[in-house]
Amino acid sequence: MSEPENKDSMKNIIVVSLLVCLVCSVMVSGAAVFLKPQRLANKDLDRNRNILEAAGLYDKESGQQVNIAGQFEKFEIRLVDLVDKRVLSEPEALNLGIDPASYDQRKASKDPARSRALETAEDVASISRRARYSTIYLLRYDTGGIDKVVLPLHGYGLWSTLYGFIAVRGDMNTVSGITFYEHGETAGLGGEVDNPAWKGLWPGKSLYRDGDIALKVIKGNANPDNANFNYQIDGLSGATLTSKGVENMVSYWMGDQGFGPILNDLGN
Amino acid sequence: MNTYAKEVLLNPIFNDNPIGLQILGICSALAVTTKMSVAFVMCLALTFVLTLSNVFISLIRHHIPGSIRIIVQMTIIASLVIVVDQILGAVAYDISKQLSVFVGLIITNCIVMGRAEAFAMQNPPGLSFIDGLGNALGYSVCLMAVATIRELFGSGSLFGIEILRLVTNGGWYSPMGLMLLPPSAFFIIGLLIWVLRSWKPEQVEEVEYEAGGQTALSRV
Repeated sequence: MSEPENKDSMKNIIVVSLLVCLVCSVMVSGAAVFLKPQRLANKDLDRNRNILEAAGLYDKESGQQVNIAGQFEKFEIRLVDLVDKRVLSEPEALNLGIDPASYDQRKASKDPARSRALETAEDVASISRRARYSTIYLLRYDTGGIDKVVLPLHGYGLWSTLYGFIAVRGDMNTVSGITFYEHGETAGLGGEVDNPAWKGLWPGKSLYRDGDIALKVIKGNANPDNANFNYQIDGLSGATLTSKGVENMVSYWMGDQGFGPILNDLGN
Repeated sequence: MNTYAKEVLLNPIFNDNPIGLQILGICSALAVTTKMSVAFVMCLALTFVLTLSNVFISLIRHHIPGSIRIIVQMTIIASLVIVVDQILGAVAYDISKQLSVFVGLIITNCIVMGRAEAFAMQNPPGLSFIDGLGNALGYSVCLMAVATIRELFGSGSLFGIEILRLVTNGGWYSPMGLMLLPPSAFFIIGLLIWVLRSWKPEQVEEVEYEAGGQTALSRV
């Protein structure tokens, strides 16, 4: 390759920068376009896997191969209206132009037409805006009764918003499982929300006492002799704020402002 | 392979290690070394970016105007990083989730810029490729060493396979929480540099200045 004599000329500067930008943008957009379907599919798969995990239909640690898509079809996906506090029927969801299966609550939370800003006092989970609609996932017995309900949760921990799911049994009070599919907490401390041992503390705990949300994430270990044991989850050591964040988001989303009244209805 | 090429490939591993001697790329070495599998993918990503950026920049080195060379290098590096990020999101979603922002931060990884500016701008593509590979290997050796120590003592496992049974899982080993925090990597890298320089004393830099010219100690 020969050295061009005037590589520092204005003309060459413009030509080189344009060409470099052109080639690079083709490369980047090419990769983005070709890989986008796969990326989105992975993201959905991961979300669905977390829903299955919360409902106890999938265990990541056991390494078993589960047909996630097949298992996921067992769920009945319903749209809920958090303002009217009720589950919408399929025609109602259709009327709103929302397909529950592909509804993106996170996107809706940013859309002023479909969400509203929360007052500081009511914003227990520190989410600042909340979408009007949300989706819930029902798992039914063959007889038609509800076996489990999986509900989406999100709220602020120490560094980041944690996104996850909580599953509740048919009595609408007992926790069946909890998972987080996205968070940016410190690995090894707050990041231990992903620890199977910690998540294993949740199944069997009770959410409500006399209609009010009573489940707490406490500091240290819950004492089985304590009368409140059934309402207590061990805090994550070294992650007080993340633990608090998890408690807050459970209180908020399972409380009166969240899915509380809806669970109540489903239970009746 | 001729001796020079061999030197270009192997020197960065111990003699001229980008982290150990050049002290470049420390940021990611602190951030992604809590788990070996994550560190390993990070090494692969950096290897991909570093070798290809070296090759591309070297290919057009005679045409890059001096006044905009850094921007041209950055454009090429940034494009490669985005491509890597996209590929990871498509083929290794779980790990790309754990690496999160750090793949994007390869753009600012000083090793990539450093090799582009110091080597690829002056050398032919073949040799630049080897140089990129060598430096990526040097980075990887260092990263994997740090990750081995951190994962073993921080989580009691290697590549996610349990080696020391943790108390939380009913075993005996109580993990060192510090190992999971970025500062521990700082200490480990410091110790690695100490070991490296004790083994190869020629890497010890000369003192550039004398502290406190007039103190009682300085003129003993």
